[in-house]
Amino acid sequence: MNKELNLNKINLTKELSHVTDTEDIFNRPDVAHIFIHHHKVIQSHLLPGLKIDVKEFDDHIEVNTIVEKNTKIEKPVHMCFGMIPENGIQKMIINTELQENSSVSFLAHCAFPNAVDIQHIMDGNIKIGENARFKYLEKHVHGSHGGVKVYPHAVIHLSENAHYYSEFELIKGRAGVIDIQYEATCEAVSVLEMVTRISGKENDLINIKEIGHLVGEKARGLLSSRVAATGNTRAEVYNKLTASAAYARGHVDCTEIIKDKGIVSAIPIVEVSHPKAHITHEAALGSVDSKQLQTLMARGLNENKATDLIIQGLLK
Amino acid sequence: MKNLLMVKNLSLSINGKNILKNINMDIWEGYIHAIVGPNGAGKSTLASTIMGLEGYRNFTGSIYFKGQDISQISIDERARMGITFGWQEPARYEGLLIKDFLKAAARDKNGDFIFEQLNRVGLDPEDYADRAVDKTLSGGERKKVELASILAMDPDLVLLDEPDSGIDVETLDKMFEVIKEQKKKKRTIVLITHSLAVLKQADHAFMFCNGEIIQKAEAKKVIPYFENKCIPCKHKNIPDEQGVKLE
Repeated sequence: MNKELNLNKINLTKELSHVTDTEDIFNRPDVAHIFIHHHKVIQSHLLPGLKIDVKEFDDHIEVNTIVEKNTKIEKPVHMCFGMIPENGIQKMIINTELQENSSVSFLAHCAFPNAVDIQHIMDGNIKIGENARFKYLEKHVHGSHGGVKVYPHAVIHLSENAHYYSEFELIKGRAGVIDIQYEATCEAVSVLEMVTRISGKENDLINIKEIGHLVGEKARGLLSSRVAATGNTRAEVYNKLTASAAYARGHVDCTEIIKDKGIVSAIPIVEVSHPKAHITHEAALGSVDSKQLQTLMARGLNENKATDLIIQGLLK
Repeated sequence: MKNLLMVKNLSLSINGKNILKNINMDIWEGYIHAIVGPNGAGKSTLASTIMGLEGYRNFTGSIYFKGQDISQISIDERARMGITFGWQEPARYEGLLIKDFLKAAARDKNGDFIFEQLNRVGLDPEDYADRAVDKTLSGGERKKVELASILAMDPDLVLLDEPDSGIDVETLDKMFEVIKEQKKKKRTIVLITHSLAVLKQADHAFMFCNGEIIQKAEAKKVIPYFENKCIPCKHKNIPDEQGVKLE
């Protein structure tokens, strides 16, 4: 049964900011933010050089962001997406363009604290201009029910000497279903870093598909995944990094830990088609390392507490 | 002298090989003991067996701690009774902060107490508390963190496996300083070592050779024999048929 909610903008803003611990940003004029509940903007504050054009539809919302040439936004821009009700679909089309020499850091709070049956679909298209710096930290707050399905998909293009860093983290609640699909193309001297940290419980389902193409000379890429699968969680990590230009360098790094009846798999693919390119990969899958576990047990922690501490560290 | 730990007729075979052969030893409360002998003698195996580590539980004989038979109980239960183990090469943990690692072990969870333990081993809390216990720490730093976590736990008995392994002179001096401090506080430490410098820190020593205790004596009596006959080992880890004659 749906929780009774007062769905006016003020209350939704309050609730979302409370859940995501962002209440203080409203008193800070130097911090840009935008709050989107379902398919409506409920609160926003922009800064010079940061343009966000929003188109609201019944079945989705389109957010077009431009960071203008030479604009450096000092403080992280808070993007708060979410749904307070128990059921529904939030579909977002996110187009982001960083023009040359710009820099911005987005802190995306995705909150579905009461989800029983919610889908959060995000289709992103991110273009990072020459010498531009883009950082995107996506922090999810879910409820304890596991009834949320999250589909963040994005296509990313890095121009020459552009930097891209993204971090996806589930900071609270059950994963539910998480299906991440990011694919990036990197021009010369650009730097790509994708970091994902998720812990699954009960019957959660986690799929991570991250692909990077290092097509320009001296492009660099890192795909890093940390997943803990407890209960009956199933997790699959597919990381692919290709290098087709001289001095392109990359690394794929995947660690997955299981506990209880969790099942994990990793598919690291590295492909090099230029004799002067170089990519490495490492993957570690399995239960918690015995020496790590026994060290903590020798300090008095029982096996469960020791395992939880190791997993918390890994996902930090 | 009060026995804190007693090992009775303990033997252990791994993959059909007798690693420990009928070990009998008493660990006196408030003393610094050394289990000393060449590499491969079985010293670390004995310490691992006392702690109850994985792979070292299928032994015969008994281990008593504070008068209670602990042979069948788990590592964490032994730890909660007051025993801990410091590894020769301590584990590293991705993402686990030093302050959280120490807090997990600490008898007092207060932040000031945690910081005090870092200071005691010569690590500035300002620089180290928020660092991870991971591969960015040098071998010496990791050993100091291990020691700080043991101090935070403040156990009755510490088994320190090769405490001088992989550390610089400065760290070793700090380690010895802490051992002396613990001795003053009447804590009980067992040093597992093949190093003369470490042996010199002990009050009492058990000489180990080929899985057997071949002599028990005051450390100062063992030192000359160990120095002359064991560094390097003159008889390939086979006990001298003449026996150990101490001056």
